[in-house]
Amino acid sequence: MDDLYRDYILEHYKRPKNFGELDPHDLEALEHNPLCGDELGVHIRVRDGRIEDLRFHGHGCAISQAAASIASEELKGMSLKDVAELDADWMIDLLGIPVSATRRKCALLNLKVVRGAVTGDRAWPA
Amino acid sequence: MPPVAERTLEVRADFPIFARRFDGRELIYLDSGATSQKPQVVIDALADHLQSHNANVHRGVYALAQEADAAYEEARQKVAAFVGAAAETTIFTKNVTEAINLIAYSWGRANVGAGDAVLITQMEHHANIVPWQVLCRERGATLRYLEVDERGELSLEALDAELARGDVRIVAFAHVSNVLGTINPVAEMTRRIRAAGAISLVDGAQAVPQMGVDLGSLGADFYAWTGHKALGPTGVGVLHGRRELLEQMEPFLTGGDMIASVDFQSASWNELPYKFEAGTPPIAEAVGLGVAVEYLSGLGMENVRAHERALTAYMLERLVEVPGLRVVGPPEAEHRGALASFTLEGIHPHDVAELADRGGVCIRAGHHCAQPLMRCLGVGATARASVGVYNEASDIDALVSALNAGREVFGL
Repeated sequence: MDDLYRDYILEHYKRPKNFGELDPHDLEALEHNPLCGDELGVHIRVRDGRIEDLRFHGHGCAISQAAASIASEELKGMSLKDVAELDADWMIDLLGIPVSATRRKCALLNLKVVRGAVTGDRAWPA
Repeated sequence: MPPVAERTLEVRADFPIFARRFDGRELIYLDSGATSQKPQVVIDALADHLQSHNANVHRGVYALAQEADAAYEEARQKVAAFVGAAAETTIFTKNVTEAINLIAYSWGRANVGAGDAVLITQMEHHANIVPWQVLCRERGATLRYLEVDERGELSLEALDAELARGDVRIVAFAHVSNVLGTINPVAEMTRRIRAAGAISLVDGAQAVPQMGVDLGSLGADFYAWTGHKALGPTGVGVLHGRRELLEQMEPFLTGGDMIASVDFQSASWNELPYKFEAGTPPIAEAVGLGVAVEYLSGLGMENVRAHERALTAYMLERLVEVPGLRVVGPPEAEHRGALASFTLEGIHPHDVAELADRGGVCIRAGHHCAQPLMRCLGVGATARASVGVYNEASDIDALVSALNAGREVFGL
């Protein structure tokens, strides 16, 4: 069993959940990982202060795509207030694999873009 | 496996880093396009300079300062001679980026105005794009690009057509592409550029380390390269320029060392090349680079090129054995520098590099500081394997094995 490329990571990479466009949508953002040129955008539909639905789009490595796919399931139904408070540990724990310093931004790109759409804060999650 | 051509070098023992083990494994380094490893003679030269000859240059009368002066200027002589340039028109910079910025500021701001055009190519490194974007925006000039064709090459006819528009002041282009590996026909291009009354600047970062470069026959007005890719230390780059142009130009950075005299309100400039070397220069690094080019000359640049061309041909041959692998750039090793950029179907380049690392193989993945080119190629990123004098055919075999093992991890 591969430590990083576990079956469920590869499964999410090959068949990512909640990928595509979502129209109409209320919030959107697009971010890049300057290290590798990866690009990830999100469309979010909001209802009663919560994420009703969302879709990611873009391209990236297995870690960034799987992280977005896994996070998307958790983010549905979450209040925007809670989304604003999500931190890097939340994502890394959710991913469930040892993420090296060089791959950290791959794992966090989706949270950066979602938080950016919700709060306008474009900083990397700490 | 098929044998690699007879004329291969066996110099790995000269490079102490290859004695290191990584979890018991040997270092398989296929990232010389990013930076080269250093031979012991260069490491020793740096240490020896710092240990026994260290003083600032150009200002001391004592014996030690004179030694430092002599070492720095001797390095300049060696570096200039290595590419057939004169010492007075050979300027030490920090790297190629600084050299190109120097031209964009000092030559560009005096010679490029509203309505003029700067011509670069779609295969440039960001270092040879962004300084021109900034210049053109500031001066109201236009930045145009020569296209890269499906073979990864430029067209001389397209260059002629661009030059015929009559507004091109400078053409800046890579000698060897850091992504495609394409070797551009520099002499034919500079001849056309000069005939059209424009200036040429060649980014030789990938060329100087791997092939004999003779500036006299290339005919470029400016030529820049960097030490750390040519077996030398980081922190030292080189800019060669045509004397008349350098003499007319205002300095880039100003301060100490680059002046003839300083009054309360004004200063006059030092002679070439010091006019362009403000502040304490990279003395030990230049000394190290002097020894690096001596080492390369000792190998013979024709042998270096033959070695790397043979390895590149072998790499191209072996890489296509990997299912789903697509190499970008010129198909024949004859027309390319010592690298291969590729994509692997079903595995993102970042993961390709990670999987290669598991096989102990160091390759690079990403946009290689060439995002416009990536867009032209229709990819977000590629993986890139590049070879140096110390590589052997077994390194390529290890890469191919690692890629095949990686495909298995991904269930392909």
